[in-house]
Amino acid sequence: MAIIGKPINRVDALLKVTGAAKYAAEFNQPNMVYAFPVRSTIAKGSVTAIDSSAAEKSAGVIKILTPENAPQLKAIDPKVKTGGMLGEQLLPLQDNLVYYFGQYIALVVAETYEQARAAASLVKVNYSKEKHAIDLNTELPNGYKPQKVQGEDAQVNEGKTAPVIDATANKISYTYTTPTENHHPMEPHASIAVWEGGDKLTLYDSTQGVMGARGTLAYHFSLTPENVQIVSPYVGGGFGCKGSQWGHMLLAAMAAKLVQRPVKLAITRQMMQTNVGRRPATQQKMAMATDDQGMLTAIRHHTDSYGNKSDFFEPSGKQTAVLYKAPLREITYKIAKLNIGTPTYMRAPGETPGTFALESAIDEMAYKMKMDPVAFRVLNHTAEDPSKKHPFSSENLLDCYTIGSEKIGWQQRKAEPGQLRKGKQLIGYGVATATYPAGRSAASAKVQLMADGSVIVQSASQDIGTGTYTIIAQTASETLGIPVEKITVKIGDSSFPPAPVSGGSMTTASVNPAVMAAAEMVRKELLALATADAGSSLKGRRPEDIGYADGNFFVTADKTTADSYADIMRRNNKNIVEACTTAMPASGSGLGAPTAPCMEAPIDKEENSDKEKYSFHSFGAQFAEVWVDEDFGTIRVKRFVSVQDVGRIMNEKTARSQIIGGVIYGIGAALMEETAYDHRWANPTTRTLADYHVPVNLDVPDIDVHFIGKPDPHISPIGARGIGEIGTTGVSAAIANAVFNATGKRLRDLPFTPDKMLLKS
Amino acid sequence: MTDQKQAADFNEDEKQIIEDMITGDPEDMTIFGVSRRQFLKQLAVITGGFAAAQYIGPDELFAAPSVLVPGTIPINSIENGVNASFNVNGSPVALEVDSRMTLLDSLREKLQLTGTKKGCDHGQCGACTVIIDGNRVLSCLTLTACCQGKNVTTIEGLAKNNQLHPMQTAFIKHDGFQCGYCTPGQICSALALMDEAKKGEASYLTENIREKSLSVQLSDDEIRERMSGNICRCGAYPNIIAAIKEVHSGKEVAQNWQFA
Amino acid sequence: MRPFKFSTTADSNEVSKILIANPHARLLGGGTNLLDLMKEDVERPTELVEVGNIDVMKIVSPASATGSIVIPAVEKNARTANDPAIRENFPMLSQAILSGASAQIRNMATNGGNLNQRTRCTYFYDVAMPCNKREPGSGCGAMKGLNRMHAIFGWSDKCVAVHPSDMCVALAALDAVVKVQGANGKQRSIPFTAYHRLPGDQPQKDNTLQPGELITAIEIPKNNFAENSYYLKVRDRASYAFALISVAAAMELKNNKIVRVSIAMGGVAHKPWRASVAEKYLLHKEATEANFKIAAANEMKLAKPLEHNLYKVELGRKALVRALMQAANGGKTI
Repeated sequence: MAIIGKPINRVDALLKVTGAAKYAAEFNQPNMVYAFPVRSTIAKGSVTAIDSSAAEKSAGVIKILTPENAPQLKAIDPKVKTGGMLGEQLLPLQDNLVYYFGQYIALVVAETYEQARAAASLVKVNYSKEKHAIDLNTELPNGYKPQKVQGEDAQVNEGKTAPVIDATANKISYTYTTPTENHHPMEPHASIAVWEGGDKLTLYDSTQGVMGARGTLAYHFSLTPENVQIVSPYVGGGFGCKGSQWGHMLLAAMAAKLVQRPVKLAITRQMMQTNVGRRPATQQKMAMATDDQGMLTAIRHHTDSYGNKSDFFEPSGKQTAVLYKAPLREITYKIAKLNIGTPTYMRAPGETPGTFALESAIDEMAYKMKMDPVAFRVLNHTAEDPSKKHPFSSENLLDCYTIGSEKIGWQQRKAEPGQLRKGKQLIGYGVATATYPAGRSAASAKVQLMADGSVIVQSASQDIGTGTYTIIAQTASETLGIPVEKITVKIGDSSFPPAPVSGGSMTTASVNPAVMAAAEMVRKELLALATADAGSSLKGRRPEDIGYADGNFFVTADKTTADSYADIMRRNNKNIVEACTTAMPASGSGLGAPTAPCMEAPIDKEENSDKEKYSFHSFGAQFAEVWVDEDFGTIRVKRFVSVQDVGRIMNEKTARSQIIGGVIYGIGAALMEETAYDHRWANPTTRTLADYHVPVNLDVPDIDVHFIGKPDPHISPIGARGIGEIGTTGVSAAIANAVFNATGKRLRDLPFTPDKMLLKS
Repeated sequence: MTDQKQAADFNEDEKQIIEDMITGDPEDMTIFGVSRRQFLKQLAVITGGFAAAQYIGPDELFAAPSVLVPGTIPINSIENGVNASFNVNGSPVALEVDSRMTLLDSLREKLQLTGTKKGCDHGQCGACTVIIDGNRVLSCLTLTACCQGKNVTTIEGLAKNNQLHPMQTAFIKHDGFQCGYCTPGQICSALALMDEAKKGEASYLTENIREKSLSVQLSDDEIRERMSGNICRCGAYPNIIAAIKEVHSGKEVAQNWQFA
Repeated sequence: MRPFKFSTTADSNEVSKILIANPHARLLGGGTNLLDLMKEDVERPTELVEVGNIDVMKIVSPASATGSIVIPAVEKNARTANDPAIRENFPMLSQAILSGASAQIRNMATNGGNLNQRTRCTYFYDVAMPCNKREPGSGCGAMKGLNRMHAIFGWSDKCVAVHPSDMCVALAALDAVVKVQGANGKQRSIPFTAYHRLPGDQPQKDNTLQPGELITAIEIPKNNFAENSYYLKVRDRASYAFALISVAAAMELKNNKIVRVSIAMGGVAHKPWRASVAEKYLLHKEATEANFKIAAANEMKLAKPLEHNLYKVELGRKALVRALMQAANGGKTI
């Protein structure tokens, strides 16, 4: 019974449409109090005095935490792997130093939310202010050249492309800039901290990684990890900002420890802009050259960006190492430290701004060579990883271009810009390539078959809207031969068998092989009971002759000779048959733990993500039709086609939604999203969702998603790759290229707001 | 809205359970609404059978001893106390609250009706949308004190007459959500939208605003414009449009699957 | 939010008394702007008086003897926009209201509150920033800051903020009259264009209400603009965003000759900006694109852009022409 791939409804859908799905801030506790942070109003310097006298007198106030009285946390030690990842290398309230505008510098705890918030506005702070670093170009000379980017060399072939590019007229060289962006999931981060005595902590938290959160909390509070439980059954979106641990989680636990009551700390939308990471701005200098036939001879991609209190920087050269056949490519980075809240991973970190630069530049190169941009990409397509010289594990990009061209109606497009219009609207078409690495990490799952025929699957994974609950249920259903309705998936709790952070498009590829292996073990154990059981009609049968479906084993050649799971368990006095497995990919566990927590799943190396042999990437083609108002420069995406080569599709309904959502994230980046900073104070002037625009319903057209659907034979026995991020990649370039096609205006500075269109000649 | 849709892809057992929801047992009359406990009990049954009791079953959710029922907050913590009596999902509620307390916070922190979400707290996202006296409004910018005598409907109050509301069913079928956090607001907003269309209300996109006709059939762009006050960061908009269109038009909106 | 005393009253005289007795009292209509600002700690009233339910203020006069329409201050924006008489006679007002905010907010916001909403300037909203409007004498953060959204007309060295309303732009073009009531029930009428202020030296004052005064209604005189009017709004995203520029354009045509014209702009000044230079040029001329272009250029010549809003001059010019074209075209998309 093939259920994997079917567009079944989400198994958590009913809870979500009735309001019963419960998110972090909704686990109210007896005797709970509320915390509200006080944030710095300078970007660099130190807090010299905090006058909390008025706030302390304010009604309902229980405690005001400052560096003076805050519980001391175990300090950050870069050498120690905690299992978690602090979003910023900064523990709250441990000293008086300020590194960015909006940093937590005190915390008010009061009986009610209203009281805590009002009292926080009464806390007076004196600072010793220092000159902050805010302008990327001013600070770059003092920046550094990182040596590694996500484990790879961060300075590739520096200086080596100049001779090739300079020697020809068939070249382009432009700088593409992208602004700071914020994740803004609809659910702001929230934590409820509950202590049992001094050594056991439960944190209800909105996180993409319960195991990482456990590691961080346990380490800094000097607790054994088993005594820290992170509970996060539903997460109201993440997009990267909930993948690591931020100050509010520690603050909630600190406050709860100090006041000896459960504490809720739900941060505000304004704090989402300052305290939980961002995608940093980039300036990307692209250059490339071709021979006279349009074959790329060299690509150069240099990224300037910024960091703050962590080593993270935007890895926007990643796709340039993977796409196109150019024999020479130079990929370099330079990073300045700015007094802006610390950057972090945001949906398709690297590729989102990186494909904007590369895929805009490719379009410009094609135009220069008077070639059709699809044909140019096809001509320069590479079937192997051009940097590692490995074959791709599975790659069907050329099909994506073909199918996408057909679906968008590429033949209507005119090679020269400004040829199509309807009334005042100029119409254009654009294409861009999408790509994102197909990662896989170690993951564990426990499968329990109960006597009543129901199944419980546990894994410390998360569903951040991606459909993890549903596809785990489908994997277990198909492997066990038990209808999906009888399967309960339990995730989002660190007390379950460990699984990776829901980030990097890894969950599907990582968790399902573990679920499948555990389910297989359960099924085999059950079958072994049957074939050894005198009371079974299957007694003595060979396992290879037995099929299974709907909770029954049967002889494949004679389906009437059957035995039900329930009967087998009853006869053998089994209340439960269970198995826990860890699926370890051949290359790198990704867990930070060298050994499997459960029995290791037996997976053939050829289908176990062997990076020594294959390069694992997903690909796609993005096609946009835009209408640009010729007077106002307002851009509307009228149609969008996204063709994705992402391995096997686990659930077509949720997969389609993931790609649609990714494209919309890209539309936001293309047309409106920007976190702006006033350089005098280094404060974000886009403080709320009224200023930081994300797409609304009317900004979004029909989005036609098509999957190639061919399983990746080498990533896992299931053949599915993750799809959370690739949908965003290439989108802003496809739109930029379509805008050029519509208007002849080439914008290289995101986002494309009307002012930029108007001022562009 | 009159068009009753079949619950999408539910099996017969599930349909039966849904039909059994909210039986209106008088013993279950609570401040939470008619037979709220009953509703939740049955929701738990559904979700158990439906494989949807994901980690925290509704029984656990709402049987939590932590429920802050009115009166459990220490009196000295209420400043400028205001009394407000109103109906939530058909049941009377009488609260004494701090004058500052918004309806959103009263629902979430006092009444444990956490289906209504706090996304921005400033009227910029729509996650907190509820229906008051027939109109969709933002509970984050509504003081509890201003709800005196009003009828508040939240996402928890939509399943009626033993059925999910067709809009809820359509959202499931068309996958009108991902993380689910904006969903209660989207659904409440969508219901009100259909009412507005029925009354012939206009939007900025209405071509001839001077012509007033009842029961307007809305174009896709009209629905998009009218739903633009509900932000979905996961990007479920096209699916939300499909769901609303299906209920609004009474005609099935096609789903084209490659692999089904 | 700071603590405040809450009361509700059905008596407008009582409201005036409270406002006079307590300068820190505020009226609560829909709350869509006031509560937002209170959460930001920008507004810190010690007393809120809920006025949304004052029945005496809800008396509607759909058509007076003069043909004018009176809309109550406490009526909701959404109901006003959908009032059949408004849609028929002043469709531009309906469009303007419906272009603003979201359906939810329009269901909450009152007409009086719309007039009295405060600027969306980010420096006004962020209490860590200087702002002469919020804290007179503290300086203007926007003047040399990120002023992309700010004024190009009528600003002062104290304030470059813009009024955020759409509805008010249409009301300005419609020559509406603001009816106010003061202490002891004293009534007066303020021409709409005189209701809001330019910032001058007192940017903390958004309007010309006197202490103790409240808006009771807005009267729109009869006109013949219904056939040829349009409210155009240009913004950063397709919906649910404040205007970069908006234009309310209305004209009365006889054989394509403009016998009366009224134009107001939003997103350009501390108050809805009557484009009187353009109006003057167009009066008695043919309704042609060429004439609209000259009128728009003449109007925008007076603009004084700031560092980051030069684009508004070009956008304003084009928006004026487009709105006038569309108005001339019976309000239909051209």
